[in-house]
Amino acid sequence: MMQSLEPQAGGFNFNNCSRNSVLESGLSELGFKPPTARKTGTTIAGVVYKDGVILGADTRATDDMVVADKNCMKIHYIAPKIYCCGAGVAADAEITTQIMASNVELHMLNTGRPPLVAMVTRQLKQMLFRYQGHVGSSLIVGGVDVTGPHLYSVYPHGSYDKLPFLTMGSGAAAAVSVFEDRFKPKMELEEAKQLVRDAIAAGIFCDLGSGSNVDLCVITEGGVDFLRGYDKPTEKGQRGGQYRYKPGTTPVLTKTVTPLTLDVVDESVQTMEST
Amino acid sequence: MFSVQTFGDTGKMKDYHYTGPVEHRFSPYAFNGGTVLAVAGEDFAIVASDTRLSEGYSIHSRDSPKCYKLTDTTVIGCSGFHGDCLTLTKIIDARLKMYKHSNNKTMTSGAIAAMLSTILYGRRFFPYYVYNIIGGLDEEGKGAVYSFDPVGSYQRDTYKAGGSASAMLQPLLDNQIGFKNMEGVQHVPLTQDKAVQLVKDVFISAAERDVYTGDALRVCIITKEGIDEQTVALRKD
Repeated sequence: MMQSLEPQAGGFNFNNCSRNSVLESGLSELGFKPPTARKTGTTIAGVVYKDGVILGADTRATDDMVVADKNCMKIHYIAPKIYCCGAGVAADAEITTQIMASNVELHMLNTGRPPLVAMVTRQLKQMLFRYQGHVGSSLIVGGVDVTGPHLYSVYPHGSYDKLPFLTMGSGAAAAVSVFEDRFKPKMELEEAKQLVRDAIAAGIFCDLGSGSNVDLCVITEGGVDFLRGYDKPTEKGQRGGQYRYKPGTTPVLTKTVTPLTLDVVDESVQTMEST
Repeated sequence: MFSVQTFGDTGKMKDYHYTGPVEHRFSPYAFNGGTVLAVAGEDFAIVASDTRLSEGYSIHSRDSPKCYKLTDTTVIGCSGFHGDCLTLTKIIDARLKMYKHSNNKTMTSGAIAAMLSTILYGRRFFPYYVYNIIGGLDEEGKGAVYSFDPVGSYQRDTYKAGGSASAMLQPLLDNQIGFKNMEGVQHVPLTQDKAVQLVKDVFISAAERDVYTGDALRVCIITKEGIDEQTVALRKD
């Protein structure tokens, strides 16, 4: 068809929509579901306290109702003193914040000024509105700029709220109930950290889409304190039995050895996050 | 009514109303999560279930076990729609009493399994949304496990997992109890202690990855001495 041969005009390409709807109806007759995007099923929260902003998030990523990642990072870097928590579709939250981070860097170079949280929020909402909700990311943007600490939430369709405390994700209801009970303006650091930790923990225990650990990010005029794994309210149970297999349990059918003569040119070590 | 104009096949614009009348059907079923597992040994049987009752993304209860004691030698594990689980167990209890009064003896595990199959098939066209597994001792005192589908198809097994994490547990049991996909391993018969430890360990692993499984684990061990119940804590997130 001529339409698919036209050059890509930017934005989303909807040419596959009619094909997908035919496939989906055909597949559902056979009992198959089309693959879904992985959502984070999250609890994220943010609070403005005396000296700045504290952002919090849980660390579970789900594929439908199976845990895909037990320790994923949901607090993303945007600028040296502006961070963003992402809920909704995992890929959308990740890519949107990365795009924002590079836009902010370019803007900083263009204007010669450090970024404002309001600027980040405006760029986010303009982009999300342009995609009419197809980019399924709900974000909490928090940071400190020359005008002080600010906290915004941005929704997939492009609306935003500016408030002293915010929660989003599937565990938002559980987390906001903790805030509604104990939030006070101009809290001290330790009190505010405990409050955000408790709000995320409420999401972890009461929401099936959230779980594992609490990550916090404390942003002040002086800098950022990224507390990965600040609290681990749930522990993996200890297994009693022995489940190691002896060598030879999986039968080796054939073995072919091909020696490769190589010289070591460069050696580097990269640590993996293991669960 | 919203109207969005899209380009059709011919390149001409056509109107596409995506908020026309939408039919919402009331669904008589809900999915309340939960996993059950049963293992049969030489002279014992184990029926285990987690105790979390959930709906959607919320938790209704952290202490709602899914094993129900039927007789001194039989326990049934039911997971799926909690409303149907409760009604089904009430019906089974009533039928057990009726049998006892007519025949002056307690129903055997095999008889209960056969009866459950007919009860479930009686609702073939509006099924009980329950995944059942019966564990108990047969007439010879050997362990027996009977697994069912929602409309009454059943068979006797050595081990079976049912419910939300069944797809995660069953392959592990196939490997550890059935010695599948392993070579050069001695097929030692399963002892009661090893079986109980295995059941606890597989639920710990299931709670890691299945959001519907967690909170606590209730293990019922059926021997000729009676039914012993143990509770083990699981992840609460």
